[in-house]
Order: sequence, then structure tokens, then C-alpha cells
Amino acid sequence: MWYYEKKLQYPVRVGICNPGVAKFLIEQYGGTDGELAAALRYLNQRYTIPSRVIGLLNDIGTEEFAHLEMIATMVYKLTKDATPEQLKEAGLGDHYVDHGKSVYYHNAAGQKYDLGVQSKGDPIADLYEDIAAEEKARSTYQWIINITDDPLINDSLGYLREREIVHSQRFREAVEILKEEQSKKRIF
Amino acid sequence: MASSRKWYAPYISPHDPCPPLTPVSYETPVQLYLGFQPKGMEQFSPFDALAHGTLWPGLYTPYTNPYKTKERG
Amino acid sequence: MADSTPVPESYYPDLKALQAIDFTLVELNLYLDTHPNDLEALKQFNSAAKKSAELRENFEARYGPLQNFGHSLSAYPWKWKDTPWPWQV
Repeated sequence: MWYYEKKLQYPVRVGICNPGVAKFLIEQYGGTDGELAAALRYLNQRYTIPSRVIGLLNDIGTEEFAHLEMIATMVYKLTKDATPEQLKEAGLGDHYVDHGKSVYYHNAAGQKYDLGVQSKGDPIADLYEDIAAEEKARSTYQWIINITDDPLINDSLGYLREREIVHSQRFREAVEILKEEQSKKRIF
Repeated sequence: MASSRKWYAPYISPHDPCPPLTPVSYETPVQLYLGFQPKGMEQFSPFDALAHGTLWPGLYTPYTNPYKTKERG
Repeated sequence: MADSTPVPESYYPDLKALQAIDFTLVELNLYLDTHPNDLEALKQFNSAAKKSAELRENFEARYGPLQNFGHSLSAYPWKWKDTPWPWQV
């Protein structure tokens, strides 16, 4: 089970009242390579991965929920005081009509979150998928940083991008751990 | 280590409709090179680790908007 | 409205101190998941966990419970449901 902790993993700040940025950030909330997809992918893969790397998938999957909450915090702060007119100008008119000001699991283009989470049940295929997922999330953060002018938002995005690098590193180590296992005799 | 930003130049045709925006950059952060992390790597203080997004300077690969960067190497 | 009472200024640096030590714990945790035999990292993890528990106790005494389901004690009346929530501060 999980316990909730009443704090963010990182002190998120938003400096500029620009609801349009929320439209970009939502990609990492409900997009294919976003934090929700990552959390669900790793936690789901735990059940069919060799025991030596279950802990890593469990813990990175858990951390992704903390990142999901950071993204939601930025979106919430950017939209909560916006008028419908401002949301419309920011390109969030469609979002407002369908969801009001609620945060919603869809991508920057407004497509609903599709549970297209990969899990093949093959440890190497799954870990390579996870490494690729971290690199794709890293690039999404880069694209959002390129298109966003708020230095405080970019500070949080830079932090989240660095987390993708560390997670990718750990998944690469997990592959090495399983490769070593292969050369050993089977021990139960 | 060498810069984590690499550049390449796509082919430019005289028939391209827009002026060329070259070279094009891509990122090659440190996890591509580190291998299995060795024991005892230098660490940031807890506050600096939080600010950098990692406990280890050896895993830190910062990013800036390449469209705003003149430096190309 | 009571809901609009801002947190005291000290809340932010106190929260950040906890976030910093807890982030070190996240990093060491993931590292130990792939380096279970690194004794130095393990000692550092255990000592950082003690430090975090101390900061946590002080933080909760000042600002209310951090965890639900019995991992934090509550003063009367029930404090857990009080604002601010993390996305509000």
C-alpha cells in the first residue's frame, strides 16, 4: 500500500501568470511519455521482473507519482485564477468547456490519456522500454523548457529532467544486474 | 567530459521554403557514458542535491534552450 | 475565511530543509537498489533517515501532520484535513 505525504518532492514555484504554459505542461501529466504513464508502467512491471530489480521498479514508480503531483501543482497554479476568457486566449477554451478548471489526464494536443503502457513480461524488453521512456520524458521536458519563458517553471522542469537522467542510469544498471545473473548457475 | 550537446547539419536544398536553421542540436547526457555507477562518487550537500535534481555532481547534466545559445561546439 | 490563513513565513525554509534531506534519501534509496553491498552508502542512508525523522517531528509539531493513516500523530481537533495542501502553498 501507499501512504500520502503532505509535501511536494521539490519546492515548485510559478513566477508568471501565463495560463498558456499549462497547456504544454499537461503533456507530462496525461501524455504518452508523461509521469502517469511512467508510474503505471513501472508498478505494473514489478510483478514479472526478476526479484533483484523489483525494488528499483517499485521505488522509481513511486517517485513518479511525486512528479505527477509537481506537474499538477504547476497546472493548478496557472489556471485557478484565470477567467474563461483568459483560458480561451491561452488555447485552453476546449479544455474549459469539457473539464472546467479541473486538471485532466490528456496530452498537450487534448487527446485523452490512453493506457498504452508497455509491459511485455520479458525483463530485458521491459527495462529497455523503461530506459527509452525516461529518455523520451527527458526530451519532452527539453521541448517544454524551449517553449517556456518562466524561469521558475523552468527551474522545476530542469529538476524533473534531471530525475529522468538518474532513473535512466538506474534502469541501465538494472540491465547490467540481469546480464550478470545470466552467466551464473540457477539458484533458487 | 566533452559537452553533452552535439550538433549536426541537415542537407540544405535551394528549394527549401524556409531559411536554414542549422546546425541542429541533440543531447547526450552523462548516463550514456557512466556505466555502472562506481562507489564513493563525490556528493552534493542535501540542499545542493535538491537544487540539482541529483545527489551526485557526476550525474548532473544541465540543460538550456539551444535556440538561445550561441555557443556551438 | 479560515481557509485563506497563510502559512507563517518559516514554513517555507522549514519545508525545504525536510525536502532536502528526504531527497538525499530518495537518491540513496535508488542507488542502494542497484548497489546493495555499498556499506558506506547504507550507513549514510540510515543516518540521513534519523536526521529526517528529527526534522519531521519538529515540522509536524509546528505545522501539523505530514502523513496519513497513523504515521503521524494529530492534535485536537483532527489536523490532517487542514489546509494548506502541497499544491496550494
